[in-house]
Amino acid sequence: MDPWILKWLEKEMGDCLFSTVRAMPPVPLPPDSYDAVRNQYVSTRILREMLKEVPEDARKLLGVTDKDLCIPILTYVFGEAQLDGIAAVVSLARLRQEHYGVAPDRGLLLERLRKESLHELGHTFGLIHCPSRECVMYLSNTVVDVDGKGRTFCRACRAAMGPLSGAGREE
Amino acid sequence: MTMEKSVNILVVDDEEIVRDSLSSWLEEDGYHVEAVESGRKALERLPAKPWDLMLVDLKMPGMDGIQLMDEVRKTHPDMLVIIMTAYATVDTAVKAMKKGAYDYFVKPFNPDDISLTIRKIVDHHKLVQENLFLRKELKKQYKLRDMISKNEKMLEIFDLARTVAKSSSTVLIQGESGTGKELLARAIHDESPRSEAPFISVSCASLTESLLESELFGHEKGAFTGASAIKRGKLELAQDGTLFLDEIGDISLKLQMDLLRVLEQREFRRVGGSDLIAITSRIIAATNRDLKIAIEEGRFRADLYYRLNVISIHIPPLRDRREDIPLLVDHFIEKFNIEMGKQIRGVSEGAMKILVDNDWPGNARELRNVIERAVVVAKGNIITETDISLPSAAGGANHRAKSLEEIEKEHIRLVLNDHQWNIVRSAQTLGIDRVTLYNKIKKFDLKKEGAAAKEC
Repeated sequence: MDPWILKWLEKEMGDCLFSTVRAMPPVPLPPDSYDAVRNQYVSTRILREMLKEVPEDARKLLGVTDKDLCIPILTYVFGEAQLDGIAAVVSLARLRQEHYGVAPDRGLLLERLRKESLHELGHTFGLIHCPSRECVMYLSNTVVDVDGKGRTFCRACRAAMGPLSGAGREE
Repeated sequence: MTMEKSVNILVVDDEEIVRDSLSSWLEEDGYHVEAVESGRKALERLPAKPWDLMLVDLKMPGMDGIQLMDEVRKTHPDMLVIIMTAYATVDTAVKAMKKGAYDYFVKPFNPDDISLTIRKIVDHHKLVQENLFLRKELKKQYKLRDMISKNEKMLEIFDLARTVAKSSSTVLIQGESGTGKELLARAIHDESPRSEAPFISVSCASLTESLLESELFGHEKGAFTGASAIKRGKLELAQDGTLFLDEIGDISLKLQMDLLRVLEQREFRRVGGSDLIAITSRIIAATNRDLKIAIEEGRFRADLYYRLNVISIHIPPLRDRREDIPLLVDHFIEKFNIEMGKQIRGVSEGAMKILVDNDWPGNARELRNVIERAVVVAKGNIITETDISLPSAAGGANHRAKSLEEIEKEHIRLVLNDHQWNIVRSAQTLGIDRVTLYNKIKKFDLKKEGAAAKEC
């Protein structure tokens, strides 16, 4: 995992959620999350492991990985979160242009990572998918969906996150 | 931010990680999800909610997905089931679809595919809800308060009742037991400008002559032994409202005369009293007897009949308006669902055929009782043939075992005949009091053979 990207994400999340964000030292993925047949990592198992490592002063915990994620029932996921819980995880693997046989685009990768991180964290604040394409909580199963949706929370989702979140400027 | 769907999904899979991950993925989309580990557990959870969709794993220990779908179909024939499997074979896919699965997914599935499929189901769900809403709206046109019908004659009655409601004219409602005479009387009251005032109902057949007199007119203190205080009668209690005299054909000739006088003079005295009290209530009378025959037989006064029969409404029996049966069935299911907290969605085709073909001697009341029982005993959300119990039509063959009620009726008839219908002696022989005997005579519709009965 590129430490520069993590540093960049730390600042972005702090700005977007008006919160103090701190990066933790890297941890290895739990071995039982690896599915050798699919050569992917089961995000549900990663979340379970992450919950054992939540620092006392943290309200939310976001995992970021380069590995390709899946859940047993789906061929892949960009990320997974505990709905109205603490932990969320996102993967860079399918956000990279290279995954689709196209030349790398760092700016686009960061933009997608920003959206998916906000999206998964949104779930931890109890938000479900939003019908508005302008909202970052809009359901995105493909990078086309990710690129097409808004950069941050719509007014209704921001309100639903509650005052404690300190979340989100509206753009 | 909230999606306008309250879609309930039941996930059935023996693998915990599948249940957890699929549930949380669906919940993020705003669905209400419950996950269970076996077919048996799924069947247990079926009655708990109005499930819109089941996602069922094909291979599970014990009951497999196809067997579960078969079981679910028995009580929930419209349930949408998606079969999930890790073992993709054309045979199982064809089998699942033939058995009525909505779709068939091979694990792991593409997130976009399942999103699209569930979206289609949500749209379908919305159409069903809309259809239900429109059907309810349509039903409103067939309603008069708590009465419901689409029979032409009944709709004419509803129209007449709405018109009559605006006046203060006396109404005579005739019809077999259970056709809804009191419901119609209440509807007329509720539709009338008197709706804020009381609706008082008196069942004339259930009381002895002297009791009925005191019940109707009330009495002064000391009017008779035991009259320790002034009692206001039903006529007084119904002031400005409606007095409903049920089973008017069963009152004695003396009371008929008193009632006639009251209707003509629009005033009355309490028993033992001297002050005249003006009547401001509207009178609605009802009977299941043919009053014209009663007049011919000298059991009913013709002048009272004409006084009551200002506006006459005859409610046809249910067997003459069979088109109302499905409508009433839906209506009663809806009512009992609310009362019992059940989620019955309707009746199976076979059960409806039994209901429509029955003659319903007890009319809508009997149908209501049968549906009430069916709602109680139904295991799924559809009432099936086995949930329907028709005591009055049981067997239909020549040979039929007698019920306790039939034996009781026959015995009471014999005792009454033995005592030439002397109520006191008959009641003594039967070991019951007179009021109970009167109630039994009314319940079983027993009539004195030959001469007119003077007592009831």
